[in-house]
Amino acid sequence: MSEVIHADHHDDHHHGPEKGLLRWLYTTNHKDIGTLYLWFSFAMFLIGGVLALVIRAELFQPGLQFVQPEFFNQMTTNHGLIMVFGAIMPAFVGLANWLIPMQVGAPDMALPRMNNLSFWILPFAFGMMISTLFMEGGGPNFGWTFYAPLSTTYAPDSVTYFIFAVHLMGASSIMGSINIIATILNMRAPGMTLMKMPLFVWTWLITAYLLIAVMPVLAGAVTMMLFDIHFDTSFFNAAGGGDPVMFQHIFWFFGHPEVYIMILPAFGIVSHIIPTFARKPLFGYSSMVYAVASIAFLSFIVWAHHMFTVGMPLAGQLFFMYSTMLIAVPTGVKVFNWIATMWRGAMTFETPMLFAIAFVVLFTMGGFSGLMLAITPVDYQYHDTYFVVAHFHYVLVPGALFSIIAAVYFWLPKWTGKMYDESLGKLHFWLSFIGVNITFFPQHFSGLAGMPRRIPDYALQFADFNMLSSIGAFIFGFSQLVFLYILINTIRSGKPAEGRSWEGAKGLEWTLPSPAPYHSFTHPPKVTEAEIQG
Amino acid sequence: MTDRDTQQSNINKTVGRLCLMVLGMVGFVIALVPLYDLFCEITGLNGKTGGPYTFDEAKAAPDTSRLIRVNFLTNTNEGMVWKFWPEKGAVRVNPGAANTVSFFVKNTTDKVMVGQAIPSVVPGSAAEFFHKTECFCFEQQVLQPGEEMEMPMRFIVGHELPKNISSINLSYALFDVTDSVKVAQVNPASIAPAAGG
Repeated sequence: MSEVIHADHHDDHHHGPEKGLLRWLYTTNHKDIGTLYLWFSFAMFLIGGVLALVIRAELFQPGLQFVQPEFFNQMTTNHGLIMVFGAIMPAFVGLANWLIPMQVGAPDMALPRMNNLSFWILPFAFGMMISTLFMEGGGPNFGWTFYAPLSTTYAPDSVTYFIFAVHLMGASSIMGSINIIATILNMRAPGMTLMKMPLFVWTWLITAYLLIAVMPVLAGAVTMMLFDIHFDTSFFNAAGGGDPVMFQHIFWFFGHPEVYIMILPAFGIVSHIIPTFARKPLFGYSSMVYAVASIAFLSFIVWAHHMFTVGMPLAGQLFFMYSTMLIAVPTGVKVFNWIATMWRGAMTFETPMLFAIAFVVLFTMGGFSGLMLAITPVDYQYHDTYFVVAHFHYVLVPGALFSIIAAVYFWLPKWTGKMYDESLGKLHFWLSFIGVNITFFPQHFSGLAGMPRRIPDYALQFADFNMLSSIGAFIFGFSQLVFLYILINTIRSGKPAEGRSWEGAKGLEWTLPSPAPYHSFTHPPKVTEAEIQG
Repeated sequence: MTDRDTQQSNINKTVGRLCLMVLGMVGFVIALVPLYDLFCEITGLNGKTGGPYTFDEAKAAPDTSRLIRVNFLTNTNEGMVWKFWPEKGAVRVNPGAANTVSFFVKNTTDKVMVGQAIPSVVPGSAAEFFHKTECFCFEQQVLQPGEEMEMPMRFIVGHELPKNISSINLSYALFDVTDSVKVAQVNPASIAPAAGG
């Protein structure tokens, strides 16, 4: 820590953040904006979680208990939209803001003002979207995939608010991505070549390119919806010469890269945590980079595996089946490398490591159910059942979400300068781990037995699995309040943390004191062999 | 601080390139719709059939060695109350020969309504060999209250129809487009192009 630079402030007249609430409105500091993103996504996570608990409460028993089907549809739709666009994606952007400048040795993001704008758009986007739930006729009720004509001809009047909310989210994501790429490509400390970059930086670089490529496609899809609804065009309306199936093609051309946008940064996070607590360098650094790049490429040519049942020619079905299965190869490389990193390591099991190991195990299970879904002939059986629900929740909850939680525990000492309570952290982990599996594992079985997704009522034979699932959901949901308590408790009264908060931690961010100073690396740091991951 | 200046100009260059990439993707989305239609037309995906077909009947050379069964299916889209039925459920035709069949619609309401029929061919691989020289689906039907109408459809099955196809299903879905036609009359500039066929 002796090499920490106390910058000479020749062109810098304020030494710390401004005072008061306006600090957060005007800030262009990457750490402040990262914090805003993270708290915003946590708030969205809790809101989306409440909607999930409404769903699970209704499904606790067969029959209609608490809500009407129309309202239930709004719950499933908004749960999906809020979790995908409001919780997971902004959380990763928040982590990128906090970590990328520190990890590449830059003073801040490349475009600090745009950074402020890309965050402050989000509360308006989600305020607009969530407000529709209180409008006459209700909010979006067509599923998070908003297939036309459900989202056009048969949509509630509030759909226009939803469309503009999606436009705003897209603009925010594109600006965030441009900022991240500009930072990574131009502001690395001397000596940090591309193949010496930390993997979190690598995965975000590729993710940002994916975002730039597909967010305009999403914007195009909702714009066409807007025109169909208000300006009498017929992009998705067969009566006017359009085609509803085209909506699905456009949506999933965005949607499949989107699901990798939500998992690639998670790969990066886990690739930092596992070497730290195994006290060994990451196994196969360059193969990790190439694996991420191949997954990103493949994500553009597999979209139609979401729509095998629309009636595709055999050649199309075969192509999308095989290309989908091909993704298992680079993903397998990554899982192998994580396990090989742990092999014969001097492992300890602090909370971030527990979440990271759970990530590897449970994400792999989600990957396997994905392979099952990729098999075209059996997909006809699995399509639109709870098996699909179980699959994507396994990759998104113990996958993406666990990696975010692991990252928060791992870098929290660096952000706050204080250590969280380890035994509370372990309690949070075990409650989450058990809760998640009780919630989603039975859904594999109810799905294979034929229970359709997005229904408020179901046949009697699914009653036991659903009751189990609901119990797990409430355990998981309420255990996140433990997480909130741990965070507040750490910020208020955690024990002071060292600069290198973890014994085995490598990387430029750990050469800074904890908490990281408001302006870090005003002079480029020396990149030494000891801090390089590759 | 020339280092900082070069860095700033590099950042500007990167941002410029990325903005071009965003614009490129916007262009790609705009191109997607015609590309999708083109792709469907070439592959016959979705059973889309082409527009009016020109055919010189004097040069017709029916292939009498093959008989293709053509099934006609009619249905009305949700909310469309007209009656809609084919004269015959199926016909057997020779490839290369022109055939005429009739369909009927009846407006069962007491309002003037406009209908639009949209065809679809199964199997999709037969779509590009199913040619229509005359079809009610090329235009919209305006029916007075209680009016019934006979609508002819003239078609040819192409010689090139793959040998493994012995039966073709032609399905028409009838849509109620009264509302959008009214809008178009109010504002002629926004007339939506009628269905391709």
